[in-house]
Amino acid sequence: MAQFAPLLRKDHQPVRYLVVDDSVFARKNLMKMIEMFGGEIAGEAGDGLTAIAEFNRTKPDVVLMDITMPQMEGIEAVERIVRQHPHARIVMVSSVGYQENILAALQKGAKHFVQKPVKPEVLYEILRYVLSDDPSAAGAPVGVPVALAGEPRS
Amino acid sequence: MRMELIQPFIDAADAVLSDSLQSPVRIADLAMEEDTYRRKGVAALIAIKGDIEGRIILDLSPEVAVRIATQLSGMEVQATEQVVRETACELANMVIGNSVTLLNDQGFRFKVFPPEIHTSEEGLASSVDTEALVLRLETPCGEVYLNIAMHYLRRRARERDTAPVVS
Repeated sequence: MAQFAPLLRKDHQPVRYLVVDDSVFARKNLMKMIEMFGGEIAGEAGDGLTAIAEFNRTKPDVVLMDITMPQMEGIEAVERIVRQHPHARIVMVSSVGYQENILAALQKGAKHFVQKPVKPEVLYEILRYVLSDDPSAAGAPVGVPVALAGEPRS
Repeated sequence: MRMELIQPFIDAADAVLSDSLQSPVRIADLAMEEDTYRRKGVAALIAIKGDIEGRIILDLSPEVAVRIATQLSGMEVQATEQVVRETACELANMVIGNSVTLLNDQGFRFKVFPPEIHTSEEGLASSVDTEALVLRLETPCGEVYLNIAMHYLRRRARERDTAPVVS
């Protein structure tokens, strides 16, 4: 299994993630990747409404958000979260990756998009970018995943 | 059924399953189904509405679902009903999500709904308006079926294209 240099906040604490997907299976897969990246699970949600409540409760560093969900879809949840928390860092994770969806999510305030099935090395690079993009949060993660660098890590 | 509607499902099923299972997948059979649909194992149904309307069912046996879940999660998983249902839904979500992305790139516009487990023995029958295509895929974990029944709404696409733009 590929190993990754930990993605840390500026205070050297683990990055805290909120994972939102109506599929328990998909959430578990994402949480496993977060663990590989040295992150911490702040919370999880199976629909947009719960995601908003969980965001307010846990104040995560990053949200991984599905799009097609019951009750409230991911794009609407992004809009509501960003309205209240303009610096929220939300990455859309969906199998439906057509341009209108991506544009709508970005216009509502999402920072990035990754299409399922998610490859750990792709998600890692996106998180690295999203975390280093905002100087108010930490991130500034260093190093590249071994999978990309091709060098074994101990 | 129009070939340009079918090909994205074949391409997406092949790509998603090969990628997820990290092994080649073979399209073993492709046939039009005229009879009423009968599920073979656990079936996840996804509805689509818009220029194209209908439903797609991903169907697999519980044993195959558990083998796929083990492969996807990288660890042994317990053969519970929840694991089986979750695996069917997530596979359907990924295959169909990638298919509709390809269809959208061709200019078809529609909305996809979250997957639901289809529990009745029978499903939608084929008809003049809604043809069903069955795709049988051989994966290293066993057989996976896609049953695609949908029709193209030319009128709706025309209405959308001729609607006045309101700024």
